[in-house]
Amino acid sequence: MYIYDEIDQQLIDDRVAQFRDQTRRFLAGKLGEDDFRPLRLQNGLYIQRYAPMLRIAIPYGLLASRQLRALAHITRTYDRGTGHFSTRQNFQLNWPRLEDVPEILAHLATVQMHAIQTSGNCVRNITADHFAGIAPDEIVDPLVWCEVVRQWAAFHPEFAYLPRKFKIAIAGAAEDRAAVLVHDVGLQATRDEAGEIGFRVLAGGGLGRTPILGAVIREFLPWQHLLSYLEAILRTYNRYGRRDNKWKARIKILVKDLTPAGFRDDVEAEWANLKDGPSTLTSAEVERIAGRFTRPAYEKLDPLASSYVLALGRDRRFAAWARRNVHPHKMAGYAAVTLSLKRTGVPPGDATAEQMDAVADLADRYSFGEVRVTHEQNLLLADVRQSDLFAIWQEAQALDLATANIGMITNIIACPGGDYCSLANAKSIPVAEAIQRRFDDLDFVYDIGELDLNISGCMNSCGHHHIGHIGILGVDKQGEEFYQISIGGAQGNAASLGKVLGPSVSQEDVPDVVEKLIELYLKRRDSEAERFIDVVRRIGTEPFREHVYGAHQGSKARARQLAVA
Amino acid sequence: MALIKDRKLAHDNWQLLKAAKGELPSIPAACNVIVPLGAWQALRSELVVRGGGLGVWLSGDEEPADIAADLQHFELVAVDFASFTDGRGYSIGRLLRERYGWRGELRAIGDVQRDQLFYLARCGFDAFDLREGEDVETALAAFNDFRDAYQASVDQLPLFRRRGLHPALRGSAESTAERAG
Repeated sequence: MYIYDEIDQQLIDDRVAQFRDQTRRFLAGKLGEDDFRPLRLQNGLYIQRYAPMLRIAIPYGLLASRQLRALAHITRTYDRGTGHFSTRQNFQLNWPRLEDVPEILAHLATVQMHAIQTSGNCVRNITADHFAGIAPDEIVDPLVWCEVVRQWAAFHPEFAYLPRKFKIAIAGAAEDRAAVLVHDVGLQATRDEAGEIGFRVLAGGGLGRTPILGAVIREFLPWQHLLSYLEAILRTYNRYGRRDNKWKARIKILVKDLTPAGFRDDVEAEWANLKDGPSTLTSAEVERIAGRFTRPAYEKLDPLASSYVLALGRDRRFAAWARRNVHPHKMAGYAAVTLSLKRTGVPPGDATAEQMDAVADLADRYSFGEVRVTHEQNLLLADVRQSDLFAIWQEAQALDLATANIGMITNIIACPGGDYCSLANAKSIPVAEAIQRRFDDLDFVYDIGELDLNISGCMNSCGHHHIGHIGILGVDKQGEEFYQISIGGAQGNAASLGKVLGPSVSQEDVPDVVEKLIELYLKRRDSEAERFIDVVRRIGTEPFREHVYGAHQGSKARARQLAVA
Repeated sequence: MALIKDRKLAHDNWQLLKAAKGELPSIPAACNVIVPLGAWQALRSELVVRGGGLGVWLSGDEEPADIAADLQHFELVAVDFASFTDGRGYSIGRLLRERYGWRGELRAIGDVQRDQLFYLARCGFDAFDLREGEDVETALAAFNDFRDAYQASVDQLPLFRRRGLHPALRGSAESTAERAG
């Protein structure tokens, strides 16, 4: 956990005062709606379908237990008792009153939290691998670098009114768990031959209406130049990114138009003027920031706690949970645990204030007082003793947080969709629930094996449908909600974008289509080790298309599609 | 419209000349004028011998590099914000100050409002031609919205290069440790 110093605190206190004054002027009619909009967005406040939506930043997904309790308190006091953890590791409230937001921000500031730049056309929350610092395959711990970039991006005067939003992700392990390929800028922390830290810089990735994987624009950027190089990228984008069309305003369009090589040349030319300037990082600064992170005081433990091994053998349900929801840790005798927010019947990523308080308690008792938010919309206890796993599992069950489905088809990523979001074309939550109900037999779910199923309610792709093995996108057809299914998307090092399977289908037919996809997969896999995504890659989408559309009898879907088409 | 200059209400004795795209404004004699970049490029020889002060203004899509070699001819450079959400002018301001060495008045014109002044000032603007209807007193307070900032600005090192001397840390055990370290 990064601990603020007096200046960090002063800056967010000043921000609260600034936004309080802006809100006051808006409510007094002295600040027009159009003039207020970008200001409130840069404080996370949307005006939504039914009420404002407030997005609170959780920098790189890291939360102290007292911060989680503050979120619980705010959820209880200013909302209706439930909050939502998002794919960008942030936290969203759906029912705050505009008048209350300054007070909410003031409360957040007391626990070193804020909603700065969680929306708007500016540099957004920096996201990271949720296993940062604990992953056995880690090359560089990205969290310190995330904080370095967070401070640089916060209130950056030059980049507050970009053509469009700007998202940066930082990964530092062999396996990319931060989705650096689908961010405006992805940074892969690595080491050169001499062991010096640097970054592989990718630019122009993104989902949305024009999904595209980022291009490498620099193979190795020494860490000292991180900020000046980002400044060169942002300045190039700020000046030359398109502003005439919202849908073509992301950096990916600029990179595409200039070609990655052309864009890189522009950035490098700009950087030649900035390199070695005052923003060049010093080791003193990096050490200072690293020194403000609290680190777990690990004990020396046995590599495999015997009580854990015994419990695995004794309790089949515990073993199933451990297999799915417990993850390896770099320290012997420790593990990371996912607390699933994907229980059937609960919107993916949602947690009640009571659950948040309870998770904060779990964190205090078992995981050095820290909790992480994953981009798959779950919570993670990162530093748990293996010998405590059985107890945690029992407590998590009592809290409805022990659904043993991480990596499985029912661990659905979904945006809030049409139930809450005014951008959405279609609902996401009931679709997720219908699929979870269809696949309610855990043994069958395990038999299907690893499968990412992602749902977005519109082209903005907050549910990352493009990189789901199965992706579902809500579309609007003449005022009716339909769903376009794609397959073959993937996150990670071998990231790929899904291909649309065929005409979109109605909400009630979505579970049938998914079932058909699974049916064919199970028939065609060469062994249990061959995952759904592997089969799609091996045999292509065509057999799946045929199986779904050719055999979709007894359903109205096909006739209806033909009618709309 | 009110002009803020050097963080004070100021009298504006400049005339801003605008012209439709592709056309040149007519240049009045002997008063201070701010001409569009296109007019400077077309009427340069005329403008340099004319009486009265000369300034030039750039729109967001124009290149500050295009006036970099001519800066000695101007008393004032202005950057137009067609909309306050068009942030290109912030980069132009920094480039003029930091790359091309402009030290004279740098004026923000167009959709210039109270809530952008703090960032504009950090990007090098020292004069603000406020949009019609903006309250000057409210606007003057904007320069104090934040007591500090993380990043470098045109006239300030990044915080990490100044931290040891920071008043908020002075006297605390932490800053002592930091200075010692």
